[in-house]
Amino acid sequence: MNPTPAGAAVPAPGFDARPFALLAALALAALPLVGDAANWATLTLAGLAMGMIVFVIASGLTLVFGLMDVLNFGHGVFIAVGAFMATTVLGAMGGFVASPSLAANLGAVGAAALAGMLVAGAAGLLFERLLVRPVYGRHLKQILVTTGGMIVGGELIKLCWGPQMVALPLPPALAGVLLLPGEVTLERFRLLALLVGLLVLAGLLLVLNRTKLGLLIRAGVLDREMVEALGYPVRRLFVGVFAAGAALAGLGGVLWGLYQQSVTPQIGAQVNTLIFIVIIVGGLGSTLGCCVGALAVGLLANYAGFLAPKAALFSHIALMAAVLLWRPQGLYPVGAR
Amino acid sequence: MSAPLIELRGVHTRIGDYRILHGVDLAVPRGAVTMLLGRNGAGKTTTLRTIMGLWRAAAGELRFDGVSLAALDTPAIARLGIAYVPENMGIFATLTVRENLLLAARGARTLDELDTARLEWLFGLFPALRKFWLYPAGKLSGGQKQMLAIARAMIEPRRLLLIDEPSKGLAPAIVLKLIEALRELKRADATVLLVEQNFAMARALGDHVAVMDDGRVVHRGAMAELAADEALQRRLLGLSLGAHQ
Amino acid sequence: MPGALLSHDRPRSRRLAALLGVTLLALALAPFLFPGARALDVAARVLVFAVLVGSYDLLLGYTGLVSFAHAMFFGIGAYGVAIACNLSADPGWLDVAGGVAAALALSALLALAIGLLSLRVRALFFAMITMAVAVAFTTLVSQLSTLTGGEDGLSFSVPRAIRPSTDYLDDPLLGADVDGRFVAYYLLFVAAVLLLLLLLRIVDSPFGRVLQAIRENDFRAEAIGYRSVVYRSVASVVAALFATLAGALLALWLRYNSPDTSMSMEVMLNLLLILVIGGMGTIWGALVGSALFLLAQSYLQDLMKLAGAALGDVPVLGALLAPERWLLWMGLLFVLAVYHFPAGIVGQLRAAAARRRAGGPR
Repeated sequence: MNPTPAGAAVPAPGFDARPFALLAALALAALPLVGDAANWATLTLAGLAMGMIVFVIASGLTLVFGLMDVLNFGHGVFIAVGAFMATTVLGAMGGFVASPSLAANLGAVGAAALAGMLVAGAAGLLFERLLVRPVYGRHLKQILVTTGGMIVGGELIKLCWGPQMVALPLPPALAGVLLLPGEVTLERFRLLALLVGLLVLAGLLLVLNRTKLGLLIRAGVLDREMVEALGYPVRRLFVGVFAAGAALAGLGGVLWGLYQQSVTPQIGAQVNTLIFIVIIVGGLGSTLGCCVGALAVGLLANYAGFLAPKAALFSHIALMAAVLLWRPQGLYPVGAR
Repeated sequence: MSAPLIELRGVHTRIGDYRILHGVDLAVPRGAVTMLLGRNGAGKTTTLRTIMGLWRAAAGELRFDGVSLAALDTPAIARLGIAYVPENMGIFATLTVRENLLLAARGARTLDELDTARLEWLFGLFPALRKFWLYPAGKLSGGQKQMLAIARAMIEPRRLLLIDEPSKGLAPAIVLKLIEALRELKRADATVLLVEQNFAMARALGDHVAVMDDGRVVHRGAMAELAADEALQRRLLGLSLGAHQ
Repeated sequence: MPGALLSHDRPRSRRLAALLGVTLLALALAPFLFPGARALDVAARVLVFAVLVGSYDLLLGYTGLVSFAHAMFFGIGAYGVAIACNLSADPGWLDVAGGVAAALALSALLALAIGLLSLRVRALFFAMITMAVAVAFTTLVSQLSTLTGGEDGLSFSVPRAIRPSTDYLDDPLLGADVDGRFVAYYLLFVAAVLLLLLLLRIVDSPFGRVLQAIRENDFRAEAIGYRSVVYRSVASVVAALFATLAGALLALWLRYNSPDTSMSMEVMLNLLLILVIGGMGTIWGALVGSALFLLAQSYLQDLMKLAGAALGDVPVLGALLAPERWLLWMGLLFVLAVYHFPAGIVGQLRAAAARRRAGGPR
């Protein structure tokens, strides 16, 4: 990192941590409602894990929107592709999946994740080339075309994998529950999801904040035209970001499929609403905002699921409304990390 | 006299259904500052944007050192060595001063590769940049932002600088500083096409001048000539040197 | 007279006029021309969807608002009738009227709220939010199972006049059984025609023209002025009311309603498909598109089955032509329509006619 030149008097402004305070507030508010501390801790961890999966899925969508003003209504296709690839790969690696060894299980899941990401990324490239590229800047057509992509993509998925649900059981070393001190439980798989999510977050933040590529993306979110005038081919950059976003959605799909232990062609559509809420809450274009938004949604889903299952979806809409009243552009308005 | 660095012939530009440029003929000589003057709406900004490829010319020729710009997109045009400082400065508000400059330095692939010598030179011209190095550029004052915008165009040697109304909205004291900084560019033999409403600034910096009206260039010549001829000034610009400071 | 009746929005193309004429005639005489239960059902659905998609055209084609919540209003109308009839042991027209009135009121309120939302948010935001609201509402309906029958839906009886069991004539008239079903069909027909004519009147009024102006302006600049909000809100409400009425008609015909029948995302996407393929901003496109879509949904699958059987074991092609994949082809057609013929079938026919007129005597 370039050392600060001598005489630089003004320090960088501090990090805006208030959205994280929101998360803490949410968690603390739930404590008295849940009553039991151990139960609360279990729910909180479960919520954070689920939130991380949603973050992985939504991270690509928010970047793509921030960078190119493109909202892909067909993002669910990439999720479904990832999830179904997982069924194929894990189906083929029966030995590894059945083995009690953690290493073997992780290997299988890792292979599934890789396959899911590659195929979803490829699907992303196709999507961008065929559907999105011709309608840059025309929002109405974009909504229609990407919705069409969702329909066609969904049908093609049914063509490849069939229209019915496919079971995706967890391998033995990843199934089951960890007992933590204080009678708190955490499902093993959720721990994995948390770790993967943190890795993705760290990776994204690293690239965005420490590399020139990341700088280009962040600047492009702010003023695409100026970045082009500085000599950078933003269009090409965008294709890469789109494909990366699709790959991340694929990874999220693998995780979500294992989380639900089943995969249907509707798996993408199921989370569509949720991820839209997440990226609106987080601030379109902000990775950190997406993460906080996703964690909030995850926490809320788990608390509501325990306290008032019927109100779960409304709790998310209420969250969205509340956040928009506080910060109409989302938790971290565009441009912030 | 060497060939002009950039030449426009019969350039027409349309935005939607509106015709803005009606056949612009312009030649910008090398190693000198050419002022582009004219009333509001004359098409000065459109001309710059057309050169930069941000708006496509509907007809006419654009040549940069002999290379036709018509088929190139904006990044390619910029990579030919043309820097553009737009009217709104194009500062990335939530990025730091450092990040803004880093972006403009195409040669610096990683964060450590900024040319320190050049950077020191810029700090000499624009001390505020050193002071606010790690600060979000959006929090700088108007004058400081303008300095940053110009510094971005100077962080690496460029063959042509297109600058659009740098003095707009700035206090006279800041404008003087700006003139000083741009004089540095002149000393470095840069080629500059400068759009300005501030005639004093134009006179201080310009070697050549082109005046636009209604989407066409209606006068071209040496700056000194125009500066000496008040009647001509009034006719072309609706003002005289004395009236407009 | 015909001009005035159609609010001066003539087809403007002889082929289109012919197509519409044939369609309307077929619909008018459906009980006589197509005796089977299935065929009549398709005809009834075409009538209902023509009104529903027409109302969506008002929203999307004329006002330029992409809303994913439109099927919600359709469902509200259907549930209004369903719940009202279900609550009564022997439902009469008063019950139906009560149900419809309640549904209209609810729709108006929701549509107003959604319309006002469009003040603060951009098109993409708006689309996302309507999707979230629609999904939430559908979930709510599924959960209020005591009232709505939940996921399984509600079966109910309708006023005696339109019950299938009610016989008016002992012998068939010109091949059609004149029973409650017959009457129900003609109720739908008359209602649908009236509602479509009303829609035409609305879009060709000064109000409709202002909507189109706002649509154009917004596509370019996405800048929203105060008055735009009023017009969009009114358009939102009007479109919702028409959709609600369409839903009521559907419920009266099917004597059954469930979330999947009327308010699912699948229905919503079908609406979008129909409108784009039929032709946005034309109202006529709703009729043409609905007829095409519903015919395809019912009969294309049979055709595809034949084709699939003929292709037998050809691996990919056989699977692509499997009858369940008809939506794939619809989706592709939809995407093509968005790119290449945004004014849909109606637009294409009109453009062709205009070209021929402009070509003139050679």
